[in-house]
Amino acid sequence: MNTRVSIAGVEFKNPVMSASGTFGSGMEYVNFVDLNRLGAVVTKGVSNVPWPGNPTPRVAEVYGGMLNAIGLQNPGVEVFKERDLAFLSKYDTKVIVNVCGKTVEDYIDAVEKLNDTNADMYEINVSCPNVKEGAIAFGQKADALFNITEKIKKASKKPIIMKLSPNVTDITEMAKAAEAAGSDAISLINTITGMKIDIERRKFVLANKTGGMSGPAIKPVAVRMVYQCAQAVKIPIIGMGGIMTAEDAIEFMMAGATAVSVGAANFINPTAMIDVIDGIETYLNKHNIEDINEIIGCVQ
Amino acid sequence: MFYKKIDEGKVISQEEISKDIFSLIIKNEGAKYANAGQFVGVYPKDKSTLLMRPISICETDTDKGTTRLVYRIAGKGTKEFSTLKEGDSVKLLANLGNGFPVDEVKGKCIVLMGGGIGIPPMLGTAKALAGEDVHTVLGYRNSDTFLSDEFLKYSKVYIASEDGSVGVKGNVIDAIKACTNLKPDVIMACGPMPMLRGIKKYAEENNIKAYISLEERMACGVGACLGCVCKTVHKDEHSHVNNTRICTEGPVFDATEVDI
Repeated sequence: MNTRVSIAGVEFKNPVMSASGTFGSGMEYVNFVDLNRLGAVVTKGVSNVPWPGNPTPRVAEVYGGMLNAIGLQNPGVEVFKERDLAFLSKYDTKVIVNVCGKTVEDYIDAVEKLNDTNADMYEINVSCPNVKEGAIAFGQKADALFNITEKIKKASKKPIIMKLSPNVTDITEMAKAAEAAGSDAISLINTITGMKIDIERRKFVLANKTGGMSGPAIKPVAVRMVYQCAQAVKIPIIGMGGIMTAEDAIEFMMAGATAVSVGAANFINPTAMIDVIDGIETYLNKHNIEDINEIIGCVQ
Repeated sequence: MFYKKIDEGKVISQEEISKDIFSLIIKNEGAKYANAGQFVGVYPKDKSTLLMRPISICETDTDKGTTRLVYRIAGKGTKEFSTLKEGDSVKLLANLGNGFPVDEVKGKCIVLMGGGIGIPPMLGTAKALAGEDVHTVLGYRNSDTFLSDEFLKYSKVYIASEDGSVGVKGNVIDAIKACTNLKPDVIMACGPMPMLRGIKKYAEENNIKAYISLEERMACGVGACLGCVCKTVHKDEHSHVNNTRICTEGPVFDATEVDI
């Protein structure tokens, strides 16, 4: 049975990856997960300089999911290289570094500083709803997305994956812009902007007022968007949004995703990624599927 | 001792010790390794409530291998926990965070302070310091002084109540100020943020070392999500910004290190 998938020439032992921001760089999960079993670790977003993130409360539970407004707190690319990438180099898994920034120059600075490292690919975060400058501004207009994608692609020595926001009128316009500008792949969906109000205190639950919604409640929206993008572009798609089980992951692959990311599920079940990997193998065996690539986009 | 695992626990008993406050005893593997002041994540079974609920460990019984949690019903998750009965299974993420540095303070005059639902972890701390020069100051809203009798086994107990119905009228700071003979070297405390701010100020003014236990909304409990941070005076070694993770570097901090 083959579970290997390939994206932009990078081969993954299986299609299961962490979703950025839910797994750190894997360090915090080594008590629960053998990182060697993962298709890839997609790291927490890193910027060219340290970012303090947003005030607390930063997280809130909602029905069937959660809101977060962390604000991309990170130690900056230099510490990340020395600590996180050095740590990940000890494991037999692919490393996708999620890169964030406030200006085009910030992204390029971070990418250039990462070009000589063991990172296999970059996922470019132009869709975080929780930072006021940059980020989301690049991901909600097709021409802005085209422009930044083209510039990052030029600066990058590694394949790039543009991570798309679902908070747009037509996500396929974004997918097409990323593809046209030279992105090697796209990943979707980032979180859906949400809000929660504490009716006793008459206040927003999150200090940031709004936050990005994740968790199983958003899965049908994500599957729909992955399917739409798969019809619109030829570049590979990494699908994510509420994956809790192997069945969820297979649904995304049938909609057209070559690989999948497991996010909020890591918080709810620290062994979620291993459970998804095992469950996919069980599914393939049960249905006598020789090669996982057979199911990618099989539902038209 | 370090222990961080998913524990499949079994409920030994549960009782409501005060209105909406429950004492839950669970048999779980991690119980023998817990330190006073650590916490566990308790997973609700209802799948609409996904995240674990961080609850401080009140005390453990290493011989029996049990963890005691004393919590207040605050929402859907804790409401569900309040229905747990003897023999029920309960999934825990145990043991999280670092506890109070009990070994570092032995031989000193130690004052433990707990306010409201911050009182439970101070009981395990008092137990860990049994035989030392320990004084406990407990703050309540009224005469419903849950757990206070249990502290008498390990320490002298002073009580403050907001309505003045028991002990000193006011808060824990008012109570400690009323004990003019008490000259603490160290304070260890858990309670609502205004109380902890008051203790931080009191300790700094009186040159007392203070350790305070903080809480914040969190998702993962293991240091990955960066949801539960607290501002720090100096750059944090892990984050490289002035933010530290309550679940991992805390929940207990040297009061002078945090900006609350």
